[in-house]
Amino acid sequence: MIEIDVSLARSTGFHLKADLRAPERGVTALFGRSGCGKTTIIQMVAGSLTPDSGHIRVGDTVFYDRQAGINLPMEQRAVGYVFQDARLFPHMTIENNLRYGERRTRRPRTIQFDAVVEMLGVGHLLKRRPHTLSGGEKQRIAIGRALLSQPRLLLMDEPLASLDEMRKGEILPYLERLRDELNLPILYVSHSIEEVLRLADAVAALSDGKVIACGPLADVLSRPELLPVIGRFDIGTILDCTVTAHDPDLGLSTVSFADGELRVPLVGRPVGAPARARIRSRDVSLSLSRPMDVSVTNRISGTISAITRAEGPFSEVELALSAGRLSSLVTQESVLRLGLEPGMQVWAMIKAVTVDSRPMGFHSPGAEIVSPPASRPARPAANPPQDPPALRLISGGNPPQVQT
Amino acid sequence: MLLTPEEWTAVRLSLEVAFWATLCSLPPAILIGWVLARFEFPGKGIFDGIVHLPLVLPKVVVGYLLLIVLGNRGYLGQYLHEWFGISLIFSTAGATVAAAVVSFPLTVNAIRLAIGGIDKGIETAARTLGATRLDAFFTVTLPLMMPGVLSGCLISLASALGEFGATITFVSNVEGQTRTIPLAIYSATHMPDGDAMALRLTVVSVILALGSLMLAEMADKRIRVALGQI
Repeated sequence: MIEIDVSLARSTGFHLKADLRAPERGVTALFGRSGCGKTTIIQMVAGSLTPDSGHIRVGDTVFYDRQAGINLPMEQRAVGYVFQDARLFPHMTIENNLRYGERRTRRPRTIQFDAVVEMLGVGHLLKRRPHTLSGGEKQRIAIGRALLSQPRLLLMDEPLASLDEMRKGEILPYLERLRDELNLPILYVSHSIEEVLRLADAVAALSDGKVIACGPLADVLSRPELLPVIGRFDIGTILDCTVTAHDPDLGLSTVSFADGELRVPLVGRPVGAPARARIRSRDVSLSLSRPMDVSVTNRISGTISAITRAEGPFSEVELALSAGRLSSLVTQESVLRLGLEPGMQVWAMIKAVTVDSRPMGFHSPGAEIVSPPASRPARPAANPPQDPPALRLISGGNPPQVQT
Repeated sequence: MLLTPEEWTAVRLSLEVAFWATLCSLPPAILIGWVLARFEFPGKGIFDGIVHLPLVLPKVVVGYLLLIVLGNRGYLGQYLHEWFGISLIFSTAGATVAAAVVSFPLTVNAIRLAIGGIDKGIETAARTLGATRLDAFFTVTLPLMMPGVLSGCLISLASALGEFGATITFVSNVEGQTRTIPLAIYSATHMPDGDAMALRLTVVSVILALGSLMLAEMADKRIRVALGQI
């Protein structure tokens, strides 16, 4: 378990009080808007910033404990820190950059140089200098350099934020391999819900210097408390699914989850593979009877568990499905017209979506399917992954609007 | 040759003094430049002020202070003289000390600026990769500040070559011992037929200045290529 319980007051008036637990395996995303304190937390874990009080513990090792007077120096923490801006050593060759941490580690060298070079596909860059590399290549080297220092924990501070969309698509598959092939806990800082959905197992959501939710991804990202982080038009429900069928003729895949099935545009994953669907509340419409003659493909029945009046003309309707839940954003007018009340049986319709395969973060999609952490040993480490980034499904193409 | 033996002596002496003054002041200048650029501590302002004192004080005052402290009857000088038999006054070593003290703040400033220009984050990166503070300094900071060290050397060299006030006050104007080019020119202008000598030494000064500038330019380019900055 990674335990972080710290507080810090900055002279600028910013006050951070964070208390979070992260599992010692898999990717835990620190998710929130800019200036919410994500990077500050990472810096405190790395030791480049000292909290005012609290403690930081990774497994059995205490990094910091104010009361016990422990503050482990940076170089003894064995954290691999991947910065937003690579921070390669400009006066060294790429090989020497990669080996810098490897030469200094006091831990067993279980992560091999050749394996890392191969996994990141940087063999042809070894003799070059950092200033001759592209942004994406630099970031790959920075990741390799951190890995080779044999860390007990990897810290990644928005490693994709300084890259353009093309480069993001280039790096993401490597991050997925990292996650799937190395048994190394990763704290991943990001403000992008796409990145978090694609990479993380657990999420700590931050807002204004405080942890507002912390836990497994599907659970945390479906919570209404995340409204200030995600925003009214992007908030929704995350469903962990399994790919059950492909229909190439129609260009659709079927994914199943605890409460039924969803038909979605083709997913680039084999049948049986896990997939993660994100259904935004504003893309879910409601019907009192079983909808027959409508274009909407996905229909799921559920019981209204709560109706919350949101700001403006909107209301948030929570549905209890047989196992999970789903939330829908409708107008207050529709609530009145249909006479919606808690306890009522309704049908949720998740709008037909048009296929659009696009690079990461290009456009905010309606529903999307991304590949979550694989629970099995991932693809062989032969050639760098070439599959396109997460399949991007853009709903209708309409601007934010509420369906009733 | 074009110069008289007396003039050659002055030129050789100047180069010797400037070389040793630069070489000896460099390590402490790097250390103090680093401390001033990267550390905060109580009394930093006073420390900074003391380091910069030789820059703002009249050079004659610096020379006189050196005499009080390091002269044969000075606070430290008497022990140097008694215990080690070292006498700095009227000696080339004394001239070197004077030149080093006067040029020191300039060297420190050049180096401090160079360190200030290096992203602190790159040192943090080295630390998270397992380097101690000192290790990070020698493997990352020091190589990256080489252009600054070079310009510090050049400033130190130029200032040492031109040192006059502190030298003449501290170690006087002894031919073959402390009479560097500036002192020799000064002496020449006091001699009835010294104009030609003053002029020749002036030409030498110009050549030395231009030469060292060009040398520094070349070295700077090489260093920057090695650092991947060009």
